[in-house]
Amino acid sequence: MDLRTIDASPSAEERLAVDSVLGAPESGWFGGERTPLDGHVAIGGLSLAESRRHLLLPALHALQARVGSISPAGLGYLATRLDLPPAEAYGVASAYALFSFEPTPSVVVHVCDDVACRAAAGGDPTDELAQRHGPAGSGTAVTWWPSPCLGHCEHGSAALVQVAGVRGGRGSIAPFAIGDMDRLVAMGAELDVEDLAVPLALVPQAGAGSTRLLRRVGQVDPASLDSYRAAGGYRSLRRALDLGPAGVIAELKDAKLLGRGGAAFPTGAKWEAVARNPLRPHYFVANADESEPGTFKDRVLLDHDPYALIEALTIAGITTGAEKGFVYLRGEYPVAARRLEHAAAEARNRGLLGVDVMGSGLTFDLEVRQGAGAYIAGEETALFNSLEGRRPEPRNKPPYPVDRGLFDKPTGVNNVETLLSVLDILAVGAAAYAAIGTPDSTGTRLFCLSGRVEHPGLYEVPMGTTLGALLEMAGGVAGGRPLRAVLMGGAAGSFVGPGDLDLPLSFEGVRAAGTTLGSGVVVVLDDTVDTTAFVGRIAQFFRDESCGQCVPCRVGTQRQEEILGRLAAGRPLGSVDDELALLADLDQVMRDASICGLGQTASSVVMSALRRGLIGNGAPQGNGRNP
Amino acid sequence: MTTLAPAPTPVALRRRIELSIDGEAVTVAEGTTILQACRTLGIEVPTLCYLETLAPVNVCRVCVVEVEGSRALVPSCSRPVAPGMVVRTGSERVRTSRRMVLELLASSVDLSTAGGDVHRWIDEYGANADRHGPAGGPTARDRAHAGHHEASAVGEAATVAQVVKRDNDQYVRDYSKCILCYKCVEACGEEAQNTFAIAVAGRGFDARISTEFDVALPDSACVYCGNCIGVCPTGALMFVSEHDLRASGEWDESRQEVTRTVCPYCGVGCNLELHVQDNRIVKVTSPLDHDVTRGNLCVKGRFGFEFAQGG
Repeated sequence: MDLRTIDASPSAEERLAVDSVLGAPESGWFGGERTPLDGHVAIGGLSLAESRRHLLLPALHALQARVGSISPAGLGYLATRLDLPPAEAYGVASAYALFSFEPTPSVVVHVCDDVACRAAAGGDPTDELAQRHGPAGSGTAVTWWPSPCLGHCEHGSAALVQVAGVRGGRGSIAPFAIGDMDRLVAMGAELDVEDLAVPLALVPQAGAGSTRLLRRVGQVDPASLDSYRAAGGYRSLRRALDLGPAGVIAELKDAKLLGRGGAAFPTGAKWEAVARNPLRPHYFVANADESEPGTFKDRVLLDHDPYALIEALTIAGITTGAEKGFVYLRGEYPVAARRLEHAAAEARNRGLLGVDVMGSGLTFDLEVRQGAGAYIAGEETALFNSLEGRRPEPRNKPPYPVDRGLFDKPTGVNNVETLLSVLDILAVGAAAYAAIGTPDSTGTRLFCLSGRVEHPGLYEVPMGTTLGALLEMAGGVAGGRPLRAVLMGGAAGSFVGPGDLDLPLSFEGVRAAGTTLGSGVVVVLDDTVDTTAFVGRIAQFFRDESCGQCVPCRVGTQRQEEILGRLAAGRPLGSVDDELALLADLDQVMRDASICGLGQTASSVVMSALRRGLIGNGAPQGNGRNP
Repeated sequence: MTTLAPAPTPVALRRRIELSIDGEAVTVAEGTTILQACRTLGIEVPTLCYLETLAPVNVCRVCVVEVEGSRALVPSCSRPVAPGMVVRTGSERVRTSRRMVLELLASSVDLSTAGGDVHRWIDEYGANADRHGPAGGPTARDRAHAGHHEASAVGEAATVAQVVKRDNDQYVRDYSKCILCYKCVEACGEEAQNTFAIAVAGRGFDARISTEFDVALPDSACVYCGNCIGVCPTGALMFVSEHDLRASGEWDESRQEVTRTVCPYCGVGCNLELHVQDNRIVKVTSPLDHDVTRGNLCVKGRFGFEFAQGG
């Protein structure tokens, strides 16, 4: 393309960062040394640019990690390398929270102040931090910012540490105490993220024979393929190869597996639709962009059982006729990223990925790609756009992914838990699997318990288990205090109350009760939690995470946050009834007219809180710390 | 994108699709959108981000209609009709969503120079921007970092108000009037000009139209074709001449005459519409329905008129 590029020379570091992803430039046309030959040929064009564009996000990550920010010169060089207009590259990069465009301290600490950590802390977890280390964004060598949920909710506090430099990258700290921040500030630029301890996973049932999805967590070495195989790993792929695609799909249908990502779509039907689509190539994507506040199940599985996802995605690929797969992992999970990369490399070395998977003659390989701080990228079509190097904006559906998904080709996409359930179905057989749970919600389900619960952690129970039984497994409300409410399903979910403990946790059970399982979030709130502030944080979350594409969500989430701010301050505009009418109108337009599920559910928790009297006069006064 | 698209099947040869709109049966060619079908029946559906000459992006959501069997409302501008479809354009659900879309825009964007239809719809649907509170003042929107939160003052309705961008002699960008319809980005990019000087940057309420790093237009890829002005529905993008006349209170469309002529520069034959007030050319547009230009011009046709009025 005849593009105007940014007129600034990249630093040596910026070149090295971009070249670490893209290789050295082929010619003067792509930012290399201009030779006389370059004047005699013309290389470029839209199709060439389109074929490279998917490398934009990985290269932006490299720039951010090495230099600490994306400068005009750095972005200009990257845009030239990809033959991409600089304005478009900037438009994409600026949609992600983990990229900065101004010189930034070399250590940036993103501290979770979202719902689960807020409930656990009994207030804003960053208050003390701000008092001791200055307001968000202050500091010269080390700075901090509040962050949406980082997926370590069982610890009740967490931070993501972003370090710039030659050995730059990201690391996690959970639990995260004020002393950790002191240590980070003392170390400054000396910090190496690889030195950060890997956060533990709290899995109270670990090692118990009753678990299926969790049975290898803590029992196998996540860096050893042999350890995984010794625990039964890769038997499901063997069985899938024996059954063939039609046999696998029949098993999934007989097992009545429904997707665990939130939409509960029948997995067998989805795989069949991709497999039957005559358009080629096909793709399969594992959606590991777990970002729903209060959700940490995929992190536990990927940190501690990474081979399981590699095996499951391989089965999905060979069953649906996809030779290429992607794991789209949220950027806030650096440990999972390293372990998945290692697992994929080892599987490739042993002939379990690549041109002849397990001697079958079939080809399947995968890549791990990381997000960069955008909840919306977990919406499946926004995820495709993100992988393609476009802004993570959802597409209008139809067409659906099974017809036109990644790179406009038929694509299967499943949540991590769904894919791991496939392993289990193939291991025990559809009939045995369907015998667990309820007739319409088969199998087991993972629940992420956090907030004011005695033993927070990841739990696995048969579908249909009651909420009360689940809470009992977790020791009930922390300190035996009265239960005030439970947030089910995350920011896009809704509340249930102390009178709902007999709620069966099955798809049909929660549907009948007007709530959702969502991504398995169970945040427990006792009588000390300031529920008005809690709901306000969720409104803020949607305002911050809306992609901004459609009017109902872009402006509606802003207005919803404003109204909750007025109600919390006791300063309604007009009467409280006027404000409630406005909230109801916002709820309707966002649910009815937004493009995607984010906008359509952005008012769900707020409306649910209103119905249960959790906003305004029903809440305890003050900061909620002193009951 | 790499190969030429096959010639579209002539409308007369396409399969006919029968559907019902507001209880009335209608038969249209396959591939027709619900919006086009509504228009054949003379049903008015408001649109903001839609333009006949651009591929629909369906982001403003003011054209939503109810389609039986669909959980959410459906954007009529982009959804093709299907056999047996039952469409309702005037139901309470539809009216509420349209009213709220207009209300949300009116409460956050300066619509003072938007087309007359917009104000008529605001009245007809009963959109009341005032109930969101007094409008907040200008902010440095171009510096907003995705995910970094700045709550607006309690009691204020945040707006997109910001300083007017005037960095060249041809046109002014007043993004306080931008409803983020994406049309300028489309016209600058693949839909017309293939210059790609602007894109949507940031996200959520902070999303905005921007050059790379918000550099001034002379430092960007802009070639001043002005096709973005041609598609802007709210006057956020405006000729310097129009902007200045409005600022001085002299802009008066009732005193303007529009003359259609042919661009004198090259041999393509683009049609021009010269808007003349007090014997001065104050604006140049191009007819959307012209099969050569479809509303588009280059810098010469759009801005090269000073010679006609003595410099």
